[in-house]
Order: sequence, then structure tokens, then C-alpha cells
Amino acid sequence: MISTQLLYALAGVGLFAIGLRATLLHHLLLPRLLALNVCGAGVFLIFIAIAYAGIEGMPDPVPHALVLTGIVVAVSATAMALALGRRLENIKSDAIKSEATKSETLKSAAVKPEAMNDE
Amino acid sequence: MIDSLAVLAVFFGLFFFLSGSIGLLRLPDVFSRLHALAKADNIGLAFVALGVILLEPGLLNDIKVVIIWLLVMAASAVSSHLVARRALRKERDDD
Amino acid sequence: MIEILWFMVDVMLVLLLLALAWTTCSSRDVMRAVTLFIAMGLLLAIIWARLKAPDLALAEAIIGAGISGALLLSAIRDYPSTAIAVDRSPLMHSIINTFTMALTIVMSWAAWHGLNMSDGVRLSEQVASQLAVSGVSNPVTAVLLNFRAYDTLLELAVVLTAVLTVLILNDKRADSTAPGPLLQGMTRWLVPLLVVTSGYLLWVGAHAPGGAFQAGAMLAAAMILLQLAYPSIHQGFNLYLLKILLVIGIFIFVLTGLWMMSVNDDFLAFSPAHAGTLILVIETAATISIAAALTLAYIGGRPTGWEADNHGNRAMTEKGGAE
Repeated sequence: MISTQLLYALAGVGLFAIGLRATLLHHLLLPRLLALNVCGAGVFLIFIAIAYAGIEGMPDPVPHALVLTGIVVAVSATAMALALGRRLENIKSDAIKSEATKSETLKSAAVKPEAMNDE
Repeated sequence: MIDSLAVLAVFFGLFFFLSGSIGLLRLPDVFSRLHALAKADNIGLAFVALGVILLEPGLLNDIKVVIIWLLVMAASAVSSHLVARRALRKERDDD
Repeated sequence: MIEILWFMVDVMLVLLLLALAWTTCSSRDVMRAVTLFIAMGLLLAIIWARLKAPDLALAEAIIGAGISGALLLSAIRDYPSTAIAVDRSPLMHSIINTFTMALTIVMSWAAWHGLNMSDGVRLSEQVASQLAVSGVSNPVTAVLLNFRAYDTLLELAVVLTAVLTVLILNDKRADSTAPGPLLQGMTRWLVPLLVVTSGYLLWVGAHAPGGAFQAGAMLAAAMILLQLAYPSIHQGFNLYLLKILLVIGIFIFVLTGLWMMSVNDDFLAFSPAHAGTLILVIETAATISIAAALTLAYIGGRPTGWEADNHGNRAMTEKGGAE
């Protein structure tokens, strides 16, 4: 029977692999962000599995502090990525809107000379 | 004796959680699923809390566990209401 | 017998975690993926509690499941469609699968080798021996705010940088529709309870699981709940005060470090007599900063009335920041 540490460390490796595969596979922002967070969770699990010292002993507190820092940094990075994504969507939709108005002005400019030629 | 009562209480709670999960997976629409989940939250958690109280006696601990149970019930009630309201509005818009 | 039962529990937790991660990453609908991600965060909190990391369990439940979930759910609104489609060619698919599988095998071998071949010496004895002079009796808080205080200072700086980016890039999100009397009624008594619990977590972090990050995140969760129930409640907040609240954590931290440098010849070297008080002061400032930062990160951009100062920036925001 494998030890608890090895079981959770392998689970962390599996989590990291699942997240990595999804990050490489998708091209939209939101699924990739979720997959990246899953990668992060896998890394945290590996840390805490290494720090575990049995049901009776005191666990190693240094990886606990590192992972606590990591959780807060991960949520800040997620917020920043979402803000960047939102700005990108705004720029894209503005570009589409300005393309639409440009083609409309071109069409109305083409219609007017034809009307003058008919008269 | 107390330990076996506690284990029994936790098993009862687990039965309600299991039925709630089966309801979540198998029932056809949002409203019936919310109804199934409410059983899990209210009664299932009550039995698990009872088991925890039996295992860890001490007045402060008991009060904390009861407060946790009440808070989870309130939060689950409000979120079920919000989910049901949204589902109702979506149904009305589709019709 | 007990070991077999624990092993069964561990195997079930691990299998459930991997199943949730797989369905999150391969789901076809964004809403479903985010919901499964929140569920995975809660399961991770249970796993931290099983692995004797209660501080982490608190932090993961509040931050990983709560605030991360709120951020992602409110960000779904920005994207036009909720369907996810994988757009890679079959060749790319197989390359990615092979690469990931090879990486998994190598990392599993590394984990097994590292755990079996190492001498198992950890830092718990060192921390336990120095715990008496650190000023607190919770080993994780001692490591975070005394032995590795520099890392925590840099982490606060990272959070501030991320929030500054969020503030620069966009304007505040449009308010959602008012949700009605039930949520408002619950918020009315839940938010004071959350504030009191946050203060308790801050105080108890010295001798029990808790601390500045959990307290700050709980305060942020209370403010986010307030924003959801009363959508225009953060409207009139004094913006000058908000700027001060954002930076007060780092300010107090660096000030204390410099003061200790003048007293003890080393940046952030706390003198054992005052370490407990100094840690509490730093933690209070850090709680306020983290709460302000995470709330602003959820609100999504510059609050109303927070003008861009530079002329060039103002022109750019008028062109590209309109929603």
C-alpha cells in the first residue's frame, strides 16, 4: 500500500497534467484560466503532500506558508488575467463596430452618385 | 456507547446526503433538484452536526456547530431562492 | 485496520478530485466549468484539512472557492457566447496528449524517487525550536510573518500590482439588477457576522489556525456580498481613503522593517520582546489592504469618479474604455 504522501503527491501530478493538457488544448481565455488554476492546485497539493508528517506528527509549516502565499497570488493573477481579457473583448467589439459604420458610410457614398447619375 | 451513537447519527446524515446527490443527478428539472438538495442541507447536515456534537462535547463547541448548521441552512435557502427565480425568469422569457 | 480505512478515504478523495478536475477542464459550457471549479475548490479545502493544514483549508474555502468563484462568475458576462469548442487539429491533439502523458510519467517518477530516496528531514524541528522567540505560537503564522516575512511583503506587493492593473485597464462593471428582498434581508445580518468573524480570524491567528490572509479575504467576501445585494452601495466611498487603504499594508510592513533595521541591524529582524505586537500590527494593516484589493478586483475597474490624471491616459480611456 502506498504511503499517504506518495498518494497525494501523485494526485498533485495528475492534477497538474490535466490542467496542462487543457491549457494547451483550448484557445479561449476562460477555459485556459480555469485549467491554469487547476495546474496551480496540483502544485499546491504536491507541496502539502511532501510537508505531511503522519496523523500524529506536526507537519512542516514552511510549505504551508508558501502555499498560503501561492493561493493569494493565484487569485490576484486570475483577477488580472480577467481584466486583460475584458479589455481585449472591448477592443475587439469596438473594432467590429467601427468596421460596420465604415462600410455603411462607403455604401451610402456609393448610392448617392448613382442617384445623381439617374437624374 | 456515545461513539456508536455518534457514528449512527453520521450514517443517517450520510444517507440524506446520498439521497440529495441522487436527486441532483436524476431529477428532470431545476426546481425538483433544488427540492432534493434542500433535504441534504437541512436534515443531513443536522444529523452530521449531531454526530460531531456527540464526539466532541463542550458547550462552546456545541454552540459553534449549531450556529454553523443554521448558517448553512440560511445560505442554502437564499441561494435556492435565487436559482429558482432565475430559472423561472428564463422559462418565462423562452415562452 | 485504521490505516486501511484512512487509505480508503484518501483514495476516494483523490479520485473525486481528479474527476472534478477532468470535468472542469473538458466541459463544453463555461458556466458548468466554473461551477465545477468552485466545487473542486471546496473539495481541495477538505483535503487540506485531512492533510493537517487547517490554515490552508480556511484560505482555500474563502479565497479559492469563494472569491475566485465570484470573479469567474462575474467575468462570464464579458464574453459573447458560453459554448467552449476545442479548435485544434487532430495532429496537435495527439502531440499535446503524448507530451502531457510523458510529462506525467517523468513527474510521477520524480515524486516517487524524491519521497523514497530522501532522508525525510523536514523543517518542523527547526521551526518548533525557534517558535518561542517568534512572538506567536501558531507555526504557520510564525513562518509567514517572522521567519519568512520578506516573502509576505513581496506577496502584498504582487497583490497590489495585480489590483493596479485591474484599475488601470477598465471602468467599473455595470451594476447587476437588484436581486430582491430575500438576499438583502440575509445580507443585513450576514455581513456584520462576517466582519466579526474576520476580526476573530485576525486575532486568533497568533495561537490557532487563522491569520491576516483569511481575515482579509473574509472581509472582501463580505464587501462583495454587499455589492451583490445592494448594487450601488459602494458608490459614494471616499476614493482618497480607498487609495490609502490599498497601500497601508505594504507601508506599515516596510516601516516596521526599516525600524527593526535601525534597532537590530537587519531588515525585518523582529526583536523577540516586541515580536508579538509588531506581528499583530502588520497583520491588521495587511488585512485591510487585502480586503480593499480583492474587493476592487471583483468590482472590475476604476470606481466611479476615480479620474485618470494624465491627459494621454484620459484620451485613451475615453476611446477604449467605454462599454
